[in-house]
Amino acid sequence: MTQADASPSPAPAPIQVEDVTLGYGQNIIVEHLSFSVTPGEIVVIAGGSGCGKSTVLMAVIGLLPPRQGRILVHGVDLARAGEKELARVRRSFGVLFQSGALLGSMTLAENVALPLADAAHLDRRTLDLLVRLKLALVDLDGFQDYLPAEMSGGMNKRAALARALALDPSILFFDEPSAGLDPVTSAELDRLILRLNQAQGTTMLIVTHELDSIYAIAHRVVLLDKAAKGIIAVGDPHRLRDDSRDPRVQEFFHRRPRD
Amino acid sequence: MLHRRHRDGYQISLQGPPGGAQTLRLSGRLNLQAMGHLLAQFKRVLEPTPPASLTVELSGVQYLDSGGALALNLLSEQAAQRQVPLKLEGLGPQGQQMLALVRPDRLAPPMPPPTPRPGNFIENLGVGALRLLDDLVEVVAFVGSLARALALVARRPSVLRWRDVELYMERVGVDGLPIVALISFLLGLIMAFMSAIQLKHFGANIYVADLVAVAMVRELGPIMTAVLVAGRSGSAFAAEIGTMVVNQEVDALKVMGFDITVFLAMPKIVAALLMVPLLILFSDLLAIVGGMIIGVTYLDLTVYSYVQHTLGALSVGAITSGALKGVVFAFLIGGIGCQRGLAVAGGAEGVGRATTSAVVAGMFLIVVADSIFAIVQYYL
Repeated sequence: MTQADASPSPAPAPIQVEDVTLGYGQNIIVEHLSFSVTPGEIVVIAGGSGCGKSTVLMAVIGLLPPRQGRILVHGVDLARAGEKELARVRRSFGVLFQSGALLGSMTLAENVALPLADAAHLDRRTLDLLVRLKLALVDLDGFQDYLPAEMSGGMNKRAALARALALDPSILFFDEPSAGLDPVTSAELDRLILRLNQAQGTTMLIVTHELDSIYAIAHRVVLLDKAAKGIIAVGDPHRLRDDSRDPRVQEFFHRRPRD
Repeated sequence: MLHRRHRDGYQISLQGPPGGAQTLRLSGRLNLQAMGHLLAQFKRVLEPTPPASLTVELSGVQYLDSGGALALNLLSEQAAQRQVPLKLEGLGPQGQQMLALVRPDRLAPPMPPPTPRPGNFIENLGVGALRLLDDLVEVVAFVGSLARALALVARRPSVLRWRDVELYMERVGVDGLPIVALISFLLGLIMAFMSAIQLKHFGANIYVADLVAVAMVRELGPIMTAVLVAGRSGSAFAAEIGTMVVNQEVDALKVMGFDITVFLAMPKIVAALLMVPLLILFSDLLAIVGGMIIGVTYLDLTVYSYVQHTLGALSVGAITSGALKGVVFAFLIGGIGCQRGLAVAGGAEGVGRATTSAVVAGMFLIVVADSIFAIVQYYL
């Protein structure tokens, strides 16, 4: 069983970031950034506040065009892709935004059904069943008729994940998945991420600075630094913590503030 | 015998005698897009004559997502209902995990949401009436807190954030000038034109000046300006404060010990109180200019005689009463805009509702207040 492959060449990297510079207005956030994510890999982008983690994620999902360089998702440069191609690639990935970004006027079921109804031509009952199963994946079965305002932040986040999972994306992007969650819910989310990765071989790019999550889920960490405006280390989180001699890497992994 | 190839990339074939032991072979991609088609094919396998036993051969499946897995689970369920023994064969461990993720039989029953959803007409009527009552109580409470805040500001003007007042004076007044000017000018033009058609018959052309001046200064100037300010600024007040409520900025101000009415509502209301009367005077002037253009070009009046007649028709009392109306309208527009903003509940949708409600309620109050003015003026 293999994962869906949107690009023509054999087992290409689903995400390739090549010499990318990003910024807002006059402000350059990261420069000459390059990394790639292999199929089925969980890569965490980490670093202190303001280092550009979320900016990189926005660029990779095609919401912020790079100043320089290119970003390929399934081999497609989102900044230069045509409408049709963009829509096709976007359907192959799911995004969990920091705030969840559920539509407040719709119930959970309607939120999750939103991408599904468009992609799969199913009768009402099967669609409902599928939606409930997606909610069950994030332990929210039974809550389908709730509005986002009627649930806690953690539940909203899980529901948003169910929506991101709706189309069985081959890539999942997470922006600070544990932000605003209690440690137990956060650990549950980590477990869910691993389970999805194993069951579906989903490639994941996760922005977080939660060390516990990083150790639990990351195959590789891309560590960014504000002053360096780019990557200061890439690798297995445990190895980086134990072996890296870079004081900035040590500061991050040992929660040691700079003097 | 069934043998199909679906456009989304899966193949299906059925072997074995009808009603006997059958083998269903599936290969290719069993995904969400194919799910609807797949379910229809499964139905044909089990109906009208169900097989004695069914083996589903899946070793050729290259991709299985939640849609494909759910279709297989539903097939198992339906086979069990018809007492058809079913065996899934050739599925790898990843596929097994996928099947386990989408088990319809493990779903929990739906839970009723905490807030009741819209019911029948009578229920909705009751809910609407209760909401209206709550709304009224809130408005009365807000008017109370406004009065207290006004008294406080009158006693100690320094508590008011005057820089905000200036900012909102610019937004309500200066930024509103172009649209007020354009609409008033056109209104004067239209009024003069329409009345000229009638008055010409009686040789009473010159009274166009009186008509435009009196109608505008006494009624239309204040009303039109107030409606425009309600649309431009009342809605903006509601949206701004509503968004602050949603972002918990209002909560933050409260716990820092600020009086929300003084901090957020008063600068907007004071700015409106100062600017709306001025906008009304400006609107009166522009309408008179509009009327004069018609008078001079279409009715052969001279600028001098038009101005003389206009001045003769107006009194200081009429102009002041128009401006005074403006003060009352400004209070209503600003007050309702801020109140609706502070009453926002829920997210973006709540802000939208508050904005609409601020404009609609604002216009309603303007008309009600104007009617009261008309009655009072009649008896005075």
